[in-house]
Amino acid sequence: MSEFEPSILCFACNWCSYAAADIAGTSRIHYPPNVRLLRVMCSGMVDAEYVMKALEAGFDGVMVAGCHIGDCHYISGNIKAQEMVTRLKKLLHILGLEDERLMLKWIATSEGPIFAETIKEYVEQLKKLGPSPFRKELVT
Amino acid sequence: MSEVRIGVFVCHCGSNIGGWLDVPEVAEYARSLPNVVFAQDNLYTCSEAGLSQIKNGIKEHNLNRVIVASCTPRTHEPLFKRVCQESGLNPSLFEFVNIREQCSWVHMQQREAATQKAKDLIRAGAAKASLLEPQEDIYVDVEPRALIIGGGIAGLTTALTIANVGFDVKLVEKEKELGGLLRHLYKLYPSNEEAAAVITPRIEAVRNHPRIEVFNDSTVRDVRGFVGNYDVIIASDGKEETIKTGVIIVATGAEELKPQGLYSYDGQKVITQMELEQLLADGNVSATKVAMILCAGARIPERTYCSRTCCMTAIKNAVLIKKQSPEAQVYILYRDLQTYGTEYEEYLRMSKEMGIRYIKYSLSNPPTVSDGGVKVYHELLGRELNLETDLVVLATPLVPHSDAKELAKKLKVPLEQNKFFLEAHVKLRPLDFATDGIYLCGCASWPTDVEQTIAQALGAASRALIPLTKGQVKVEPIVSSVDQDKCIGCGICEYLCPYKAIAVFPTDKGDRASTIVASCKGCGVCSSHCPMMAITMQNFNDDQITAQIAALAAV
Repeated sequence: MSEFEPSILCFACNWCSYAAADIAGTSRIHYPPNVRLLRVMCSGMVDAEYVMKALEAGFDGVMVAGCHIGDCHYISGNIKAQEMVTRLKKLLHILGLEDERLMLKWIATSEGPIFAETIKEYVEQLKKLGPSPFRKELVT
Repeated sequence: MSEVRIGVFVCHCGSNIGGWLDVPEVAEYARSLPNVVFAQDNLYTCSEAGLSQIKNGIKEHNLNRVIVASCTPRTHEPLFKRVCQESGLNPSLFEFVNIREQCSWVHMQQREAATQKAKDLIRAGAAKASLLEPQEDIYVDVEPRALIIGGGIAGLTTALTIANVGFDVKLVEKEKELGGLLRHLYKLYPSNEEAAAVITPRIEAVRNHPRIEVFNDSTVRDVRGFVGNYDVIIASDGKEETIKTGVIIVATGAEELKPQGLYSYDGQKVITQMELEQLLADGNVSATKVAMILCAGARIPERTYCSRTCCMTAIKNAVLIKKQSPEAQVYILYRDLQTYGTEYEEYLRMSKEMGIRYIKYSLSNPPTVSDGGVKVYHELLGRELNLETDLVVLATPLVPHSDAKELAKKLKVPLEQNKFFLEAHVKLRPLDFATDGIYLCGCASWPTDVEQTIAQALGAASRALIPLTKGQVKVEPIVSSVDQDKCIGCGICEYLCPYKAIAVFPTDKGDRASTIVASCKGCGVCSSHCPMMAITMQNFNDDQITAQIAALAAV
């Protein structure tokens, strides 16, 4: 059996984390191709339901990436995202999911290398954790 | 809703994308996606040729959604949206997919994986595009008033310019008197005219202008709102007043660094250039052996920038001393001289002809000041000199005011690393902040001399006059809307909204939330927290995002 390749969905805020991914690109910093970005205007826009839908759809990890606290383009949206993730993490075990399946990360516009490094580390972490129980091939 | 007809344009970006993943294969795949009726690959989608291919595609295939899969929306979305609009397609029906920064450039050694990722992202883009809805441009009225923070030469110039066009101006100055730094200067280089002759008529003109109201001894307490409709709370004399204004100009200037602990600074025998200006103005300079040390506290590791104005100020003051007492010996100790342009360079030459001596020192071996003398290693002569002095003048840099950070926070605008205000773009938008409706000029952004400050002030005034004279501004149609049938009037959204842009109002159906469209900035916090799922973000609604998630998961 070939090595398990985790799939990651990353909600990236338009102003910081999405821009950081752009910087990673313009700087040609390579990272594993396991992540798919979904652009939102603000991390505070990410509904808990979106995260649940993504986990339910079989993503091995879901990342919510926003601006550093104090830097939010919309003043405090990232604080709302932080509260949402904290709340949701308490409920993940009910679904039989590990805490690490959901990650919150602040990445500033200039932090392209940190974006790439974060993805690299998260892929490694999820490889150790193994496939999500909601993966299609496991559910059917 | 009529049939969805999506066109996908996949860009090679020369070899930037095409060199690292299989673009024709990706375009071929796009053609197989639901609702996609047309897909093609272009060498450069953003070129004239590429743009006309989009236009032709829209016309020939009757497209009502357009996807460009290329670089980043952060740079190219406005261009492609404009092309859609020119082809009669509502720009909100455009969707961007980033396969360069997110695929080809970061997975260069993994052609297959990069190609697959590009396909996945386009699949998600098509899923979202299918659900896009046309949005009307939103226009809001502009409050016909300008608020200017800072009453120095920059603020006075913008105030007069805007008021002379016919708009009301509120000028907020934190000190008791108007005039800023120029009040403390004697003569200005290169013309040697008196600073008072420049600043006094402007102060008078502002004081007597029927359209300008001056708030002395006042500070900005809080700023709310957005372009066209700012509420600025001014605190003066313990009283607060709210001013409604369409635009804000930051002209807060800077201040001279007080060189505490540098070169035995004591304010008596070792003084700053600004202190010297005062002595010159009062006719109180009796010293005949003067050494001026440039870059005192500037271009050092903790303050790396060049303050730009100090070289010319020092040369000018040296010339004034020399003119007053031709027998005086004046030395200028410099690391580098910044006398750019034709007039300043000419001024430097003239000062040398007058007998002012220039001595080059280095940062690693700076001069030392002791009672009655300065010891300096002359880099060009290669030996140490002992200069006898009865006055040492330090040319210290202009530094940002200590309250700049607080003001920046209230305005929600950034400062750069030295704590000067940071413009939107150093070349393309030097007088704007990234936040619409707020502008900057003068020493607030970096040290400038009077000539540059006035040029910037005139520029900032004309930038600010654009929304004022138009009377309306266009805002992004990414705003929330509330389904009145689902809303239960709980008020969570009102509590959470950082812009007070959603509020609960009594209606026939009971209390219901409603978006104040002109205030909404589109963060989506209300929609993600609504327990009834009653709030929709235009262009980022639940259905669209859920469809993207499902499309990305479907491998």
